[in-house]
Amino acid sequence: MTKNIYIESYCTIKNKVVSLNGTPIFSDDTPEFSAFIKQAAKQLNTNYPKFFKMDNLSKLAFLTADILLKNANLSPTKEHNIALLLSNKASSLDTDRKHQNTIIDPDNYYPSPSLFVYTLPNICLGEISIKHKLLSENSFFIFERFNADHLHLNSSYLLNTNKAEKTLCGWVDFDGNNYDAFLYIVGKNGTINHNTEEITRLYNTP
Amino acid sequence: MSNLIQELKENIIELLNLEEFSVEDINDDDALFGDGLGLDSIDALELMVMLDKDYGIKLTDPKEGKEIFQSIAVLADYIEKNRAK
Repeated sequence: MTKNIYIESYCTIKNKVVSLNGTPIFSDDTPEFSAFIKQAAKQLNTNYPKFFKMDNLSKLAFLTADILLKNANLSPTKEHNIALLLSNKASSLDTDRKHQNTIIDPDNYYPSPSLFVYTLPNICLGEISIKHKLLSENSFFIFERFNADHLHLNSSYLLNTNKAEKTLCGWVDFDGNNYDAFLYIVGKNGTINHNTEEITRLYNTP
Repeated sequence: MSNLIQELKENIIELLNLEEFSVEDINDDDALFGDGLGLDSIDALELMVMLDKDYGIKLTDPKEGKEIFQSIAVLADYIEKNRAK
């Protein structure tokens, strides 16, 4: 049976601005992503030392998800069946290249374990799940560009078949110094209809 | 030895991204794992790479690592006695 489901909230990190439900909550003109995201995490009270050990893709995904999940006022004692459904274009290429640089010279062959563990895009799902104690369905897809149809279809399936109470889904892309994150929560409460037009509209909102 | 201890503290903070620690926060005898700096298993592997890369020490026995990584003081003592560079 098809349920009435809505986009409950959304968060974006792009162009040096962090926004929650369309309202900027942090901005910084620092050109370097690593400095920008570090400042954002501190100012937005992430309070999670492991954050600083993550690669850039995980930092981007983690902070966007953390802002949304904290804002959802979930009970800290209850288990939450929130499925994760993320996607991007660059996969983990940025970290893959960094890892490659540590092993390219046979005379200076020192692969970094802490870098190597992030050479898969879906590691960021684990980081989010560990912090928020999610034991739910999760998947990470690679597309040439933002794919609202795919996100809508999969979210609807997960919710309509009771595989999840909510879904946290969207796009989180990082490569070089270019970053683009748009994550949103879909569930039974909210005012924004869950359809591809609204998903695309929110993604394209500056 | 004190120079090596200072160097190790600086390198470990940077290498392991211990954002919430400064050199002054780390006592020579603080535990590196558990209640001390709270390092994890990936950090242990990273320290093993550091020993090889910076000091020419290759650890092959995991039990050896458990003893060496007790504290900065123990680690510095081991490096002093075994370094190849």
